[in-house]
Amino acid sequence: MAAPLGTGARARETGHEKQDMQEKDPITPERAEELKLKAKYPSLGQKPGGSDFLMKRLQKGYFDSGDYNMAKAKMKNKQLPSTGPDKNLVTGDHIPTPQDLPQRKSSLVTSKLAGGTHGQV
Amino acid sequence: MAGVAGGGGVGGSNDFQWCFSQVKGAIDEDVAEADIISTVEFNYSGDLLATGDKGGRVVIFQREQENKSRPHSRGEYNVYSTFQSHEPEFDYLKSLEIEEKINKIRWLPQQNAAHFLLSTNDKTIKLWKISERDKRAEGYNLKDEDGRLRDPFRITALRVPILKPMDLMVEASPRRIFANAHTYHINSISVNSDHETYLSADDLRINLWHLEITDRSFNIVDIKPANMEELTEVITAAEFHPHHCNVFVYSSSKGTIRLCDMRSSALCDRHSKFFEEPEDPSSRSFFSEIISSISDVKFSHSGRYMMTRDYLSVKVWDLNMENRPVETYQVHEYLRSKLCSLYENDCIFDKFECCWNGSDSAIMTGSYNNFFRMFDRNTRRDVTLEASRESSKPRAVLKPRKVCTGGKRKKDEISVDSLDFNKKILHTAWHPMENIIAVAATNNLYIFQDKIN
Repeated sequence: MAAPLGTGARARETGHEKQDMQEKDPITPERAEELKLKAKYPSLGQKPGGSDFLMKRLQKGYFDSGDYNMAKAKMKNKQLPSTGPDKNLVTGDHIPTPQDLPQRKSSLVTSKLAGGTHGQV
Repeated sequence: MAGVAGGGGVGGSNDFQWCFSQVKGAIDEDVAEADIISTVEFNYSGDLLATGDKGGRVVIFQREQENKSRPHSRGEYNVYSTFQSHEPEFDYLKSLEIEEKINKIRWLPQQNAAHFLLSTNDKTIKLWKISERDKRAEGYNLKDEDGRLRDPFRITALRVPILKPMDLMVEASPRRIFANAHTYHINSISVNSDHETYLSADDLRINLWHLEITDRSFNIVDIKPANMEELTEVITAAEFHPHHCNVFVYSSSKGTIRLCDMRSSALCDRHSKFFEEPEDPSSRSFFSEIISSISDVKFSHSGRYMMTRDYLSVKVWDLNMENRPVETYQVHEYLRSKLCSLYENDCIFDKFECCWNGSDSAIMTGSYNNFFRMFDRNTRRDVTLEASRESSKPRAVLKPRKVCTGGKRKKDEISVDSLDFNKKILHTAWHPMENIIAVAATNNLYIFQDKIN
């Protein structure tokens, strides 16, 4: 039994419509955001955003001071600090300090919450 | 602490009108990193309010007594004491800086004239004693009033020193230092209801201390896997039950809470109860686990419930029901369609805290744009308020704010894209008995009071 003319075309159209509807199926806003992120960073790990952050969070520091210096140098993009002693110093006269030790912050500055009337009500 | 409120504790967000009371801190736009407030906590009576900041300093405010001659200053909080609690350190072995930022402050219940609090940074917990001195001895024999030593050969008579009143001086001194017990960063401390012990929690372990003993602590939870590659979750917060001294809870980065009983075993790696809300698998995404991470857990004053804060919501759990929370409140659901950018600017990792009011009828938590949210558990109504200098006129009633999620923005509404994500309210505190709240907005501390109060 031959199908009436036009049915085939209609059938195909219906097929198309079905496909369209599936693509237009509402994705959750979270999924949409995920697709956006993956589009920006295609190399983002396949595992859900959990363990990578945990490891980063728990990173306990560096294997040794050399490792630490390398990491700092990479971050600041400057030359690696020299590993040899400063040739200008006489051995024993000075105790060498690592150049990248953080400056000890002053602990005598009073909190602005406690000081003065400026801004206080 | 009893759950029954004193005066005016019933009801919550919409039964009362919140008014601006005070703001502390500098006005200038340039905020120094050290001035960023990192913790806020009322003591048990609510008379003292402590703040800790990134610079390792603690500032304690005291509520003024009611004074008929100055009616407007009734209930105002003024500076009582300030001290440097922690200083920056350098761990030479691991080449790591140890931040002086105060992560948490917890008060001890008052037992004598002095006040005690615990303050902690990433590695070390300290017990501070804050005491008043209002008398001074005068008439010493061996030294003058200005302190210079007298020549002993010139002393011909002896006198008894007498106590004279002096201007009130408040002194803070460190009484105990609890150090070297945490490999990872301390996120919580909690004083036990026995008033003798307390717990401290880091990413992987929880330790139990006795307040008198600093050279020893008991490890009660250890979730560190033998192989770190197998690590799947970390501890995010922990708290002791308010009445049962053997019970505590800890929350995880996977959105679960475990309740442990110290009477059942010495090492509480196995929980007594496990709280988790089942997830809809079809809605799972890359962000699901990150936004389910619990940033704060707090028992209700009654001890019957606990509240957890994750990135987008606050949940109230009945301790007798483990399979789902009894109440869920959306804090800023409109951010769900902004998760991509919030991930890129790291805001998705912000750790918001939450708190109960004295009668457990209302809860409060912070958001962005210096907004904070209050939920009334009885009426199910909620309100969004803002901590800003613009609405800082004395006793001015705070106007509710509204975020417009799409389409037409009404007048006075703010669109999601206009929100300032650098203005985050992570720390809030509610007076244990009255309707007074303290809200930390970066480097400023706002105090709001209920009008009827």
